[in-house]
This record gives sequence, C-alpha cells and structure tokens, in this order.
Amino acid sequence: MPSEMVTVRSNQEVGEDVFEMRLPSSVPAKPGQFYMLRREGSALLLPRAISLCNQEEDTLTFLYKVVGEGTAELSNMKPGDKLRLTGPLGNGWPLEELSGKRVLLVGGGIGIAPLLLAAKALRQQGNPADCCLGFPHQPFYQEAFQPDCGALSIATESGVAGHKGLVTQLFDPADYEIVLCCGPTPMMKAVVALCKAAGTPVWVSLENRMACGVGACLVCTCSDHQGKNRRTCKDGPIFRGEEINFDA
Amino acid sequence: MTLETKLLGVTLKNPVLMASGTFGFGEEYAGYLDVSRLGGICSKGLTLHPREGNYGPRMWETPAGMLNSVGLQNPGVEHFIRHELPGMRGLGPAIIANLGGGTIEEYVEGARLLNSAGIDILELNISCPNVKEGGANFGLKPAIATQVVSAVRKVFSGPMLVKLSPGAENIVEMAKACRQAGADGLSLINTLLGMAIDVEQRKPVFRNIAAGLSGPAVRPVALRMVYDVVRAVDCPVVGLGGIATWRDAVEFLLAGAAAVQVGTAVFQNPEAPLEIIDGLQRYMERHGFEHISDIRLKK
Repeated sequence: MPSEMVTVRSNQEVGEDVFEMRLPSSVPAKPGQFYMLRREGSALLLPRAISLCNQEEDTLTFLYKVVGEGTAELSNMKPGDKLRLTGPLGNGWPLEELSGKRVLLVGGGIGIAPLLLAAKALRQQGNPADCCLGFPHQPFYQEAFQPDCGALSIATESGVAGHKGLVTQLFDPADYEIVLCCGPTPMMKAVVALCKAAGTPVWVSLENRMACGVGACLVCTCSDHQGKNRRTCKDGPIFRGEEINFDA
Repeated sequence: MTLETKLLGVTLKNPVLMASGTFGFGEEYAGYLDVSRLGGICSKGLTLHPREGNYGPRMWETPAGMLNSVGLQNPGVEHFIRHELPGMRGLGPAIIANLGGGTIEEYVEGARLLNSAGIDILELNISCPNVKEGGANFGLKPAIATQVVSAVRKVFSGPMLVKLSPGAENIVEMAKACRQAGADGLSLINTLLGMAIDVEQRKPVFRNIAAGLSGPAVRPVALRMVYDVVRAVDCPVVGLGGIATWRDAVEFLLAGAAAVQVGTAVFQNPEAPLEIIDGLQRYMERHGFEHISDIRLKK
C-alpha cells in the first residue's frame, strides 16, 4: 500500500533539533525518494514531505529537523504512535548514471539526509563516493556516513569540528565526474556554480512546501532557466542542478 | 440500495466527485487510490491558452485549511483534449472539465473546443480575474456573470455546471442569475479569499497578496451557501468546501446537494474520497435509504 497507517518504531533526537524516526514499510524505495508523514488525528491539515534517509529490510529511517509546527509534532511522537505514511514519492537519485564514476556527495545541515542511501548504493557497487558534509555548528549523523564513504570531510561554520568554514571550501569539483548535492538553497546554488565552472555535472535534491506530493496540485513548483515550471514532488525532488533557476 | 445517481442527466457511480485543482487530471493519483471507484473527476482548471501560473510561494497552511495561489497553471484546452482527456477517460469516473478564462471571448472559445471533445459535464469557473475590467472576479456581480454564462451557453450544448464564488455580493442572487443565463446546475463554493503574512520576512506570503482558502475551515460557510441556494433555484446543486469525511458529505446532501466534491481532504489522506463513499453507503444502509435523493432533512 503506498498510503497506510504505520506505527512509529523509534523517534529520537540525534542533534540539535534534529530527529531520527524509524517506521515500518514493506515497499522498497529508491535512494533520494521521499514520503509524506502525518500524525494520526493531527490538528494540522497537511502531511509533511520528508526525504528517506535509510532503508534496512522493513525499516525506513527519516532524519528531520524541527523547523515549524509540523516537524515539531513529528518530533513529539513516541514509539507505538500512529501516522499516515504515503510513498515512496518522487524520482530518486540517477543511480544508473553514477556507475563506475568518481562521485562526490555534498550535504548541508539536514540536507545530508537523502545522501546516505546514495552513499550506500555506491559502496555496494564497489564504487564508494567521497563525501563532504557541512553544518552550522555541531555535526550530526556523520558516523552513519563513515562506513559507506570513500573520504569523508566535515566543515562547520562555528569551527567546532572539521574545517572551520563552508562545505564549498572542502572540495574541487574538477576532481569528480559527478556531484550529488542537498542542502540550503544558497549552498546548492554555490555548489552548482562551482560545478558548472569545473564542467562537472551536478544533481540537486530540492525541498518545497507540498500538499499532494504526487504531482496533482502544483503548489510545489520550482522554475527552470527557461521559466518553465517543474513539480518538485513529481518531476523531482532530484533535478540537474544546471536546469534550476534558484533565484526564481 | 444504490449510490448510483444522476447529475444533469449523467449517470454517476456515486455522488462523490474530485474537486478541480486538487486531483490534477486523475492519473496523478492513480497509484494511490482506486480512482475507478470515484463518481467523477473535475479536471484541473483549464483556460483556452496554456498558463504557467503564479510566481513565488503558492501554498501556505492555515488553521484547518490552506491558502493556494497556483494561478490556473494548466496546459490549455487543446492540449487537454489531445493529451490529458484520453487518459482521464480510461479511468472510469465521469469527466467534468473545469474551464476558466480572462475574457468572455476566451471562455467562449474554450467552451466551443470542449463542446465536441467528449467530456461528460462542463464546469464553468467564473471566479477568474476579468482582464478587461481591472482583474475583478467575473463571479462577484450577477450582471457580469450572466454575460459569461449566456455567452458560453450559446456554444456549449452539453450539461453545464457553473461554479460559484463565495465572494459573490449575494450568493442567492448570483445563483438565480447563472441559472437564468443557462446553467443546468451549480457547484459551490470555490475558495474564499484570504491572506497570510510571513512574520520573520515581514512580507505577505503571496506575491498576489490574496490567495484561495480551502479545507475544513471553509465548510460551515459552504454549507450555509449551499443550503440557501438549493432553496432558491430549481436546478441540481453540487456542494463543496472542506468536505473531509462521510459525515461532512452527508451534511451537504441533507442540505439538498445532488452531489458533493472532495478536494483538499485528499492531500491529508489519499484514501479520504473512498472512505467517504464507504461511509455514505453505511449511512444509507443504517437509515434505510434507497437512493441518494432520499437523503433529506427531516420536515
């Protein structure tokens, strides 16, 4: 069933305002896809779109940051609580394009979440990706990436760990054949610009407020450089970075 | 006992239709619920020419509702007829094509194309900004609405619903005017106008400032308008506005609606329309009703 009531297995804080929720599911998802989550009986109207972070046998792991009422409500859920889970949704990372290539994963803050499954898939192909993760302050979840990456580098703006500064200072896209990126919009915009200058293709995972999640309601559109609308939920959330107009 | 019913001469499996703008062209949802069980599907709001819709944020959640400012993004009537309609036809439910326009000429030309396209019902969206009159909604004043409806009536020979705006100066007078201008039935309500301000950015959320409010928040307003309109006109009325459960649907049927539309509720639960159909069936069984039209207020 692509939309069903499921029971929370675990839900714990793993960083400042960052939570990890585990849910059961029998439907396999692709790395980079997302789900819509809504607490049973919630007073809020809409579910929240959350990227899949990990998938092991029948367990889905979501990593999310509390940024508003919806994510705050999710963060208060306890094991045994019920929520409606709709998905997997969206296109996922273009794994077929990555095989045998030198791949770099670039994540910023909670944007690291959809990159973990890409790292795992690449390691399973015998082609582990290098990984650069940036955080404003205290890093989180980097230990989950460690076993599945080639080189793992960390940047923090406050300097509490790794390189003091921005994640964009950690790599040269010319060293790679393809880059996958997810993070705050200014970061993705900067990574896309660096990749463009180096001639390295880059894929980005976008986020937007969503209602339907299946491509019907058209509230989550983003814009490409031709001014055409792209549905973040259905045409994405993964797009070629060069296509997207981040200033629209 | 049967949920099957007729709307403007068109047989519906049940009186539960999907509201325009919330269900795309039906195929988007095909993997998430059994679309074939629905009574009908109202297409995404069409216009004669393709539209990219509004820039900037398009949605904001509000208490028991949501604001949207999609701006009638759609592929245009011709593209719809050629590319979306055949797929929609294959789904099974009745096809209701929702048509808007910026000028009366656009409405007329769009309706002319749809007249021979093989749709079941035309739903005329008169809540569009009138380009020639400074952007005021066609659906506010009966005299303006009458012009649109009667012009479309001349070129569209099939069953036609006119979808009313709750912003109408007087909803009952508007309903009577549209009926007199040639509507076979009425659907109401379209979204209410609202707005939101982003307190951190200290700016209105939407570039157009105002946006359309839908969801349970508007339901009592919609129910009151449906109740009043049903008692003032001699044509079928389709009720919509925040219907999320079978109980909500029954309220509208009790108020006299011939059918209902479900919209925003599908976002919170893709199976909501089917749960409404099942709940409606149980309600009829419990009360011993044979037909949808038996669902009436107690005298």
